[in-house]
Amino acid sequence: MTGRNINFKHRVAVVGAGMTLFRSRMLETPQELAWLAAKQALDEAGLTLKDIDCVVIGSAPDAFDGVHMKGEYLAEGAGGIHKPTVRVFVGGATGVFVPIAAWWHVASGLCKRVLAVAEEKMSHAAKPHTQYVFRYIWDPIVEKPLNPNLIWIFAMEMHRYMHKCNVKKEDIALVSVKNKRNACGHPSAQLCMPNITVDDVLKSEVLVWPVQLYDISPTTDGAAALVLASEEEARRITDTPVWVKGIGWTLDTTHWTNRDLAYPEYVRRAAEMAYRMAGIDNPRKQIDVAEPYDPFDYKELHHMEGLGLAKKCEAPILTREGVTQRDGDLPINPSGGLLGVGNPIAAAGLMKVAEIFWQVRGEAGARQVKKPVYTGLAQAWGDLMQAGTVIVMGI
Amino acid sequence: MRVGIAGVGWFGFQPEVVDYSFREMMFKAAQRAYEDAGGLDPRKDVDAFISCQEDFWEGISISDEFAPDPVGGAMKAVYTVTGDGLQCVGQAYMMIKSGLFDVVVVESHGKPSDVVTLNEVMFTATDPISVRPLGLENVHALAALEARSYMAKYGVEEGHLEAVVEKAHRAGAKNPRAVYASPGRSRASTPTVVDPLKEADIAKFVDAAVVVVLASDRVVRDFTDTPVWVDGVWWSTEISTLEYHDWAFPHHAREAADGAYMQAKIADPAKEVGFAEVDNRYSFKELQHIEALRLAPKGTAKDLLVDGAFCPGGRLPVNLSGGALAEGVPFEVHGLARLSYAVAVMRGDFKAEVDRRDVAVVHSWRGVPTTTSVVAVLRL
Repeated sequence: MTGRNINFKHRVAVVGAGMTLFRSRMLETPQELAWLAAKQALDEAGLTLKDIDCVVIGSAPDAFDGVHMKGEYLAEGAGGIHKPTVRVFVGGATGVFVPIAAWWHVASGLCKRVLAVAEEKMSHAAKPHTQYVFRYIWDPIVEKPLNPNLIWIFAMEMHRYMHKCNVKKEDIALVSVKNKRNACGHPSAQLCMPNITVDDVLKSEVLVWPVQLYDISPTTDGAAALVLASEEEARRITDTPVWVKGIGWTLDTTHWTNRDLAYPEYVRRAAEMAYRMAGIDNPRKQIDVAEPYDPFDYKELHHMEGLGLAKKCEAPILTREGVTQRDGDLPINPSGGLLGVGNPIAAAGLMKVAEIFWQVRGEAGARQVKKPVYTGLAQAWGDLMQAGTVIVMGI
Repeated sequence: MRVGIAGVGWFGFQPEVVDYSFREMMFKAAQRAYEDAGGLDPRKDVDAFISCQEDFWEGISISDEFAPDPVGGAMKAVYTVTGDGLQCVGQAYMMIKSGLFDVVVVESHGKPSDVVTLNEVMFTATDPISVRPLGLENVHALAALEARSYMAKYGVEEGHLEAVVEKAHRAGAKNPRAVYASPGRSRASTPTVVDPLKEADIAKFVDAAVVVVLASDRVVRDFTDTPVWVDGVWWSTEISTLEYHDWAFPHHAREAADGAYMQAKIADPAKEVGFAEVDNRYSFKELQHIEALRLAPKGTAKDLLVDGAFCPGGRLPVNLSGGALAEGVPFEVHGLARLSYAVAVMRGDFKAEVDRRDVAVVHSWRGVPTTTSVVAVLRL
């Protein structure tokens, strides 16, 4: 992609999507969760496992499921036995990366129908809290001895964003209110809160100032899946394929301490890659609906700006003016996002891609946005605040 | 669209790399690979980077966080495959064939010397409900069961394992990075680990990093005059439930090989392949994998081995490097170690006793309890 070409061999479409309930302490094993989502995606596409050539699996830290070489373990649940199966990984950004990797499985011409499955089971991880897994994400020499908590660095980032853009907590809380209300239209959602108010968010428990309980997404178990196919196959399978128009991803340096915490440059570059491929030069006008990653409410704003859906520091204004509501000019996270539907790390990212698929097809039911949807975008974020993954889809 | 290898770099292959962190090992290997690729600049010449690694091997949750900087990939398209390094090559191959990417760098590193509880980590890869409660004290027991099953089904005897070990150490003596090569060592005199596996049947661990630069045929000659082409690469996963998988024959290796041969248009690998580098982290696995890769009919690898067919200078030399038994197992670097050795032989960088170095097949398996193999066909 060194500027030589932006063409590719085969067009790729999404032809089916599925997801489990997003809940804490699901009784199913990780393998069973993966299969429930995969089966639903296959059913929606009218296919069976025999029709699938290749499988791409996504799951975030191995420690959540407590299984070393988790890709091998999940292969059976994801339908990957006796098939070329691979697990790809970019931390929390994995969910959107799974269909990106599935894209080149098809675009290369080597696979015609690919199952993309993301699974996460957070609730049975380290006790007493999932946060204990995050104690091992740090530089083992420089940072780990300090025993940092992940929420601390997000608090720093949130604070920096608030300071630099002069944003009040009330404005950020509006994101949480919007998404937890939106989630009420989602049959899989964990946190449907139809009557939540800004005041409720502001009065919720302080975790690490300025991060409060309702600023943050919950611990969740769940899985999501997509079926992707080549153009020829897609047209056989369905009359309404949703095309993958652009893919992009970026990893910033590991040294998060050296970064501009107020603006996600890595998301901007990932979006730039995807937009170039999709032929998008004005995302604010050309993207009809977006599902940016929102494990914290300020991250939705952060990511909107990184994606070019708002100018720097403009996202809180658009949110306050209602532009990002489901019936607004630029609906953001009509699914309810991670704040509402739940956050089984990798599965949450793929849930967002599934949402765009359903929105473009007009099949999102109560969540369907009011304006016509031709082009949608999903984005995820992860690692040490350094990974951005972006996918643009449309008719 | 053809995919070529433009450069290879490696570092380590020592039982314990004391003076370098895993990140410094990555950097060293990357630096050498970029130099090998004509002084490639990762900041402007590379479209994407892939790192093959696993969280539990690293002792870091979300270990891909540390992938970008040492390979020059920060603020570029970097991701991780949790699999053997050769699977990263498979992803790079697809990415380039898609037409969207021209240059993709593949990296893998392993530092087993940092891990003090290797058996426990390996055992954590077993099913948490059905197998882990058994509390196996030695994970090699799973390989021993496979060995017994294979040996019983195909009449393989301990003498054949002895021959594999002897061949590996003799060949490894000529491989500059085979630190465990010990020609003349008697397998029989080493202690039994888990019957029928003796200490000499089991490869030791080694610290290493390997980086490979892959490029499309459109640009590969910008970096090298002597590309080695990847003409096919495929992988397959057999059932992960140990109770159900075939203990006597690695179907995953057969399926991966068939996919790679089909892409490379190889109809009769036993005749068309010049030499092979296959996984031999257990001595019996070399025989199994030779058969799975159709380099010998099922059950005959032992006889052909005794006849010298797979020895250096033989009809179809297998593991001219000595393989893992001589080099050691550097976790997920294993497949790239096999690939980089094959590339060096094909380019004439390593002198080797082989008649045909124009076509090579490279194979990797990830060890017990995994059931995934990757196979690549390389051509000059």
